[in-house]
Amino acid sequence: MLVETAARLDEAGWGLDGYNASARLYRVKSRNFPRLSAKMFHERDIPVQVAIGNYDLGICGSDWIEELMVKYPSSALVRVGSLGYAQSALYAAFSAADGVSAVEAVWQRAGVVRIASEYPNIAEHFAINRRLRRFGIFPLWGAAEAYPPESADLALVCGTEEGLADCGLAPVARVLAVSACLVANRNSWKAKDMKEVVASIYDEAKVQEAESEIIEPYPGKRPLKSKIFPPGADGDTVRLALPDGHQQSPTFNLLSKAGIGIDDYPSPTGNRRPATDLPGVVIKVIRPQDMPLQVASGNFDLAITGRDWLREHLYQFPTSPVKELLDLGSGRVKIVAVVSNDMPVADAAGLISLSAGRTAPLRVASEYVNIADKYARDNHLGSYRVVPTWGATEVFLPEDADLLIENTETGRTIARHNLKIIDTLFESTACLIGSRRRVANVVKREKINSIIQALQTGVKLN
Amino acid sequence: MKTQRCKGTRDISPGEMAVFRLIEGVFRDACLNWGYKEVRTPTLEYLHLFTSVGTLTPGMLERVYSFLDWDGWSGERVVLRPDGTIPVARLYIDSLEKEKLAKLFYVANTFIFEATGEKTRERWQCGAELIGVSSPSADVELVMLALEVLQRLQIDGVKLKLSHAGLIRALLARLGLSSEEQAKVFDRILDGNIKELSELGLDRTELETLSALLGLKGKASTFVKGLKELLSPDLAGLQPGIDDLVGVAGLLEALGADYQIDLASVRDFEYYTGAIFQLFKGKGKIGGGGRYDALIPLMGGRDTPASGVALYIDRLMELVKPEALAKVKAPKILVRVKPEAAQEGFSLVARLHKAGCRAEFNLGAQKVAGFGWTLDVQAKAPKYVLTDRAKKKFEAQTISEVLKLLAK
Repeated sequence: MLVETAARLDEAGWGLDGYNASARLYRVKSRNFPRLSAKMFHERDIPVQVAIGNYDLGICGSDWIEELMVKYPSSALVRVGSLGYAQSALYAAFSAADGVSAVEAVWQRAGVVRIASEYPNIAEHFAINRRLRRFGIFPLWGAAEAYPPESADLALVCGTEEGLADCGLAPVARVLAVSACLVANRNSWKAKDMKEVVASIYDEAKVQEAESEIIEPYPGKRPLKSKIFPPGADGDTVRLALPDGHQQSPTFNLLSKAGIGIDDYPSPTGNRRPATDLPGVVIKVIRPQDMPLQVASGNFDLAITGRDWLREHLYQFPTSPVKELLDLGSGRVKIVAVVSNDMPVADAAGLISLSAGRTAPLRVASEYVNIADKYARDNHLGSYRVVPTWGATEVFLPEDADLLIENTETGRTIARHNLKIIDTLFESTACLIGSRRRVANVVKREKINSIIQALQTGVKLN
Repeated sequence: MKTQRCKGTRDISPGEMAVFRLIEGVFRDACLNWGYKEVRTPTLEYLHLFTSVGTLTPGMLERVYSFLDWDGWSGERVVLRPDGTIPVARLYIDSLEKEKLAKLFYVANTFIFEATGEKTRERWQCGAELIGVSSPSADVELVMLALEVLQRLQIDGVKLKLSHAGLIRALLARLGLSSEEQAKVFDRILDGNIKELSELGLDRTELETLSALLGLKGKASTFVKGLKELLSPDLAGLQPGIDDLVGVAGLLEALGADYQIDLASVRDFEYYTGAIFQLFKGKGKIGGGGRYDALIPLMGGRDTPASGVALYIDRLMELVKPEALAKVKAPKILVRVKPEAAQEGFSLVARLHKAGCRAEFNLGAQKVAGFGWTLDVQAKAPKYVLTDRAKKKFEAQTISEVLKLLAK
């Protein structure tokens, strides 16, 4: 969305130097509107930042606006209107391999219906209004399209119908029309004169406001055509989750050294179900952040993730059956506490006296909300507030947060943003995780053990 | 100093707490007299108990306090009890199902979000559930129980409104709505959004008939006459609902209870299947209840009819007059001893409590004016000196003598 937004703002004559895809600093000033400055955030963070009043205006997808508003309707957010680009839709989708009767069975099911989505609030709203009797929601960092049918019954995903079909999904309901939207803080909208700035990009007459209502499910089910039939997982099958993103090449190297052959991983076409030469093993590629929850829920037997995400999960669910089986040694990062260089704090003790001396709560921004929460609790930070973020967390300091809990490899990004590390929480590397629960099936148990052994060999050779 | 209380919550001060306990006490006594037994359910329940069709409306469900428990990795949530009836139905299924008739009551808090924070999000209610009987008499018993409690609390001018969920559903079915549409319309009615019904794609005649039907008010005879006029004489499909409602209304009328039938007055709970009754003082709703024959089977129990009623304690607390607070007769005594005789002082307070007196140990901070008596303990005879409000002094050598003096 950045490229389209940059083009639109350029056309509107904002003159934001440095707002482009290769931006290394996140703060930009307008050449033409002297009182306008801007900051770049992960799209998902924008509605919250505008609603709490850190920013007067924001541009982001209407999906993230509704994700906030459906759960917190009294948020101080004004939907100014759609900007008409970056159009897509949010769909409730089943696996195309499921027939219409399977879909009906899910609606009627007395047991738990598993819903996977990056939009847990909209998913809950959907489930309640669709009157599902019982549901569990997997809040995801991404790759929801890869979950049905084995790892979830239903996914709520943003995209196009063709895009969904390519992933082997069939939509059963269009939940929301999505496009880039302009939002404003309610108080700023009333108190500040932003007419000129708003008029330069938003023309009410030209742009049809995006339908932000939650749309009811399609009345009739359409015939499902499927392109991909996901492999079925029988009782003996071992289900392995591999990471997407930048952990793919170290993981691929490790698998090669362990003698595990894998096809189409990393996949140039975005295939999330690569084939392997290990008999009786199926592989799915998902976000490492989402893996511990998936192993806990029994959707996967093994997964390669980071220790940071394992801890994040265990801090939220202390009795979870997930445990580290093997340290894979790669992807070494430190999880650190970070403050602005301008803050007179050198260590955790300094934080305590800082938080004791102020009336406003200390704002702790992190992608790791449970690690951050535990850090604040363990250090008795008094009145504090954890601000969940979805990436580029450095940008929050110093205006929008006081403390970050971040991962860092070299510390260079932190230094570049005029920030300093005041504490190291722990070191994280890639690890193999599995469940503490005993695997009853002997064949499966042996397969799991042989994979662990193969990976052990791989780690030694690495 | 900035207030640190959570938005949408309230503290109950000592004075208010006395009123709370009075209401609770009157309610408990009435329930026990009618043969109901008290139960207490946990504050936390699984959310899925409340999400099925036929439990709470989506409008209610989007305001519950739900979250993932410490072992909630399956994504299933728990919830702070948003309603009093469903947990009692769950308790019945879990452990009392062998009892054909279960008459249960509870005093519990429920939690529902309210956006302005002006109304409280934690609400107290006292309720009674009559499980195992399906008859107008059972519904009437619950209404009479609620009215008795209100009368003993000296709250008068209470208005009773009757509706009937079965009848509303039958009317919606007659309009030719699909079962899905019926459920939606019923939810809108329950959420109080009758004006929004036009969005559901009903045509104008249907809408007009529906609003006219929902607008019918009055005593049973007027109501049935009105129904016949609106729907021509043919009341096919409606008769069971009408008979049931008229049965309840007739019995209430015979018992001298004033009521009005008002079909559209129902709110919030989808689980009602039969008669619904609501109690108002002025415009404020102070209680309500109704029949929910489908709830227990829906939750996985046997096919068991039931109905219940609840009174809203927060509302009642505003209505109870100070004179309704029972005068406590027991004398209130301040026991004063020299600092070195603290042990003796505490023993004395304990003795007085045992004898049924209200006694406090003097901490040096109490105001003498707040006590009927002060009791000074001395090293030399006379051992005890009692002083009344009029500063008149009485001497005693033993505690028995003190108690005799107090009894006078």
